[in-house]
Amino acid sequence: MSEILTVSEITNQIRQKLETDFLQVSVEGEISNFKPHVSGHWYFTLKDSNAQISCTMWKGLNNYVFFKPQDGMKVIANGRITVYPQRGNYQLDVKSMKISGEGELQAAFERLKKKLFEEGLFDEKYKKEIPPFPTKIGIVTAKDGAAFQDMISIATRRYPLVELVIRPTRVQGEGAAEDIVNGIYELNQTDVDLIIIGRGGGSLEDLWAFNEEIVARAIFKSRIPIISAVGHEIDFTISDFVADMRAPTPSAAMEIATPVAEKLLGNISEFQNEFSDILQSKVIGSKEILEQVINSYGFRMPQNIIKNKIQFVDNLWYRIENNLFNKLEKKKNKLEILSSKINANDTMRIQKKGFTIIRQNEKIVGSVHNLEKEKPFLIKFHDGEIGIN
Amino acid sequence: MQKKTETFEAMLKRLQEISEELESDEIGLDNSIKLYEEGIKLSKACAKKLEEAELKITELKKTLDS
Repeated sequence: MSEILTVSEITNQIRQKLETDFLQVSVEGEISNFKPHVSGHWYFTLKDSNAQISCTMWKGLNNYVFFKPQDGMKVIANGRITVYPQRGNYQLDVKSMKISGEGELQAAFERLKKKLFEEGLFDEKYKKEIPPFPTKIGIVTAKDGAAFQDMISIATRRYPLVELVIRPTRVQGEGAAEDIVNGIYELNQTDVDLIIIGRGGGSLEDLWAFNEEIVARAIFKSRIPIISAVGHEIDFTISDFVADMRAPTPSAAMEIATPVAEKLLGNISEFQNEFSDILQSKVIGSKEILEQVINSYGFRMPQNIIKNKIQFVDNLWYRIENNLFNKLEKKKNKLEILSSKINANDTMRIQKKGFTIIRQNEKIVGSVHNLEKEKPFLIKFHDGEIGIN
Repeated sequence: MQKKTETFEAMLKRLQEISEELESDEIGLDNSIKLYEEGIKLSKACAKKLEEAELKITELKKTLDS
């Protein structure tokens, strides 16, 4: 017959046994029911096809987990078994956790990529244009990293007109993704006209922040164009797909972002030459026109024109003179004819011979038939008139 | 912070415009000379800006804590 124990006593015995025997274990399983608590602690379950175990991972420790656990992810969790007497259950207190194999990480990557692709986040139609002459470039990266130094030297060499605005961020480890997201958001509140997010090369785990969904969505939401430059020549990150442009390295991103000052100087002097050429040809053209005008018939022989005009006027004058003279001559002749006729018919002379003129109604009465006998008339003699009533 | 009255890009754009205007046949000699003067002045200003530029780096303070 065994002794009778209280619930607390038996629980305590179980606890001591379990916590001693399973002080350090590694468990492989699939994450489910993952819940990051606001306190910073993580609660989740690890399971396989036949069993499951509750897990906790405390804030501080989970800083070292480079990826954001997702349901369905296969992981290896290291830790110890603890017992929670109040509920009478046991759990795995996780000290560290890693993805079980590269394959699983790749699978998580592919899952997210497929999801975002289907949502249209990678669509060309959403890609914003990279400004050809940026005034301010926002940079989201580690301030002390080689990537930033590389970008500074490229910008200095190529296009020192630009201003770089760095928003320092963690680029790996816990909180890196959130920091990058905030950096993108904060730069969107400024007047930068381009953002480069990136970091130097590293392992897939090092680059993981750029594969996080929240980073992808922040890039997609940015009103300012973004170049993603995660230093890994061959592999793409999710950020690369969502960004408006992908550069293989941060240096390459800065090269894409900036025009070459030397080339611009070349362009400018080309402009100057072009302007001079155009102006010169215009001046020459104008000179030619001027010469043509000067050498034209009118300008070469101005007197000719005047002479011609004078001649023309003279001609007119002759014609007028001639006409006038002719007309005068004709009138003169006519006058002479008329005056000789008048002389020949001088009434006075005839009247003196005894002839008279009868006038009636102011008219000369030349015929006896025209005289109205009842009306008064005038008889004109050579030396006077007499009225007959 | 020094505010630029005219951005380099705007200046380059104007240069391009001047070049196009100058090439057009409709523009008279007087205007051509004016444009030429403006173009040369502008291109010198552009070149000066480029040659004298020094890279400026500023740091954006974190406003959000993550």
